[in-house]
Amino acid sequence: MPDGSEMRAIAEGLFTDEAEPRLIGGRDRETGRIVFPCPPSAAYEPVALSREGTLWSYTVQRYRPKSPPYAGPEAFRPWIVAYVELPGEVIVEAPLHGVGLDDARIGMPVRFAPAPLHPDDPESVLIPAFAAAGVPA
Amino acid sequence: MSDVCIVGIGIHPFGRTDGLSGLDQGVFAVRQALADAGVEWPQVQFAYGASDAAGNPDTMVDRLGLTGVQFINVRNGCAAGGSALFSGQMAIKSGEFDLGIAVGFDKHPRGAFNALPSEYNLPDWYGEVGQMVTTQFFAAKIMRYMQMFGISQQTLGRVAEKAFRNAVHAPHAWRRQPVSLEEILEAPLVSDPYTKYMFCSPAEGGVALVLASEKKARELGKPLIRLKAATMRTRPPHSFEVFAPSIDVVEDDSAPRGTASRIASADAFRLAGIGPGDIEVAQLQDTEAGAEIMHMAENGFCADGEQEQWLAEGRTEIGGALPVNTDGGCLACGEPIGASGLRQVYENVVQLRGDGGGRQVQGRGSSHGSSGPKTAYSHVYGAPGVSAVTILER
Repeated sequence: MPDGSEMRAIAEGLFTDEAEPRLIGGRDRETGRIVFPCPPSAAYEPVALSREGTLWSYTVQRYRPKSPPYAGPEAFRPWIVAYVELPGEVIVEAPLHGVGLDDARIGMPVRFAPAPLHPDDPESVLIPAFAAAGVPA
Repeated sequence: MSDVCIVGIGIHPFGRTDGLSGLDQGVFAVRQALADAGVEWPQVQFAYGASDAAGNPDTMVDRLGLTGVQFINVRNGCAAGGSALFSGQMAIKSGEFDLGIAVGFDKHPRGAFNALPSEYNLPDWYGEVGQMVTTQFFAAKIMRYMQMFGISQQTLGRVAEKAFRNAVHAPHAWRRQPVSLEEILEAPLVSDPYTKYMFCSPAEGGVALVLASEKKARELGKPLIRLKAATMRTRPPHSFEVFAPSIDVVEDDSAPRGTASRIASADAFRLAGIGPGDIEVAQLQDTEAGAEIMHMAENGFCADGEQEQWLAEGRTEIGGALPVNTDGGCLACGEPIGASGLRQVYENVVQLRGDGGGRQVQGRGSSHGSSGPKTAYSHVYGAPGVSAVTILER
């Protein structure tokens, strides 16, 4: 995968521009509760979240979602929709790559790895995503 | 305080009706309900109307008669019908009115619901990446539940099989052909673990209920079907809901999260003064097969994990200990949002009157004859964490 720092994220403030990016959550300044994405409000403080997590639950998106709002490729390929628990922080929803559609298991370790919305387009924007831990980002 | 009674019911068949608007189907249901109650539109003192995607319900006064009646529109997600009914019963309980209607109708385009991020206070990118899809949430919720409590995909299939089998006997249902368990399980996956038969579809339909004070119901000479409880509740902290980019972490994640359904259910039983074991027939939100499974536990009818055995033993069949979704539920009727919760109550009134024909539930006290059930329960759940419950008694 190309160096993430040269590619554009689908929206501002979703993940850090480090060589190995991290998701940016929002910590409620009063309660400490963390949410994703960070709401555009002074009540939330942006915090870089853990890169490592475990699969909390999942499904497989087997049909192309309606456009709009979906802006992914016309040529549809199913993907794993993952809910990933970042320990002690928050559970986030994002695609999971590098795992066979029938091979996902609740509890498996995964790692944050932003991925292109259009895998065949080198200019594609990047979206938040995870990969099986151990698979190079 | 007066009990509120349901003295008339009407329904426009669910499914697809080309050439009839959602409102047309609502008007059809109101006329049928008025005839069933033996009252005329000018006697109606108030109406609450629910519709999500088919226009403002109060515009039906054009068709029913410009009597100046109070008519309030309700839009409350999947709880819209339940909210209309709740509001109607409060109008009578307050002593202000004696006779009114709760009506719900809808007409949705084919395919999945059209949801846009901005309608749910979500950023546009959430939809652009393909996550503005209700089926993802429902599938991920049951996937975790299955692992935690040992529910098999075959049990999900049994729920769908039962729905289509029951609907054969329900004239208002949409999908009325039986489908074998094997065909259900071998059908294409839509969102794992659900195959295409395990999700309901957006649809069309209309339902109306005529509500009366007990005094008025006695004047009309109708059998007293009492609305013992009607509750509508929203979600508690840490719940897992549709369209959630993130979920709270909790210290002990070994139990299911709290839900609006649990709150609405517990309050309904408290108000009615009875418990889950006293219910003889139940209509539980089954927008997908696993929803019926999880809602059996969330509404207090069994412990988490017992559903596997319940379904294998047929305990939720028409002839079982607790028949569930006797008209095929959302799986067989489809889901016109504004009408769906009222359809459940319609079906319960049919059952309590003993008019269910081939799908009629025999009451527990009916050792010598054809007496129907004495208690009936209904439950809806929807985005973004709303639930409505009713308990009826005769």
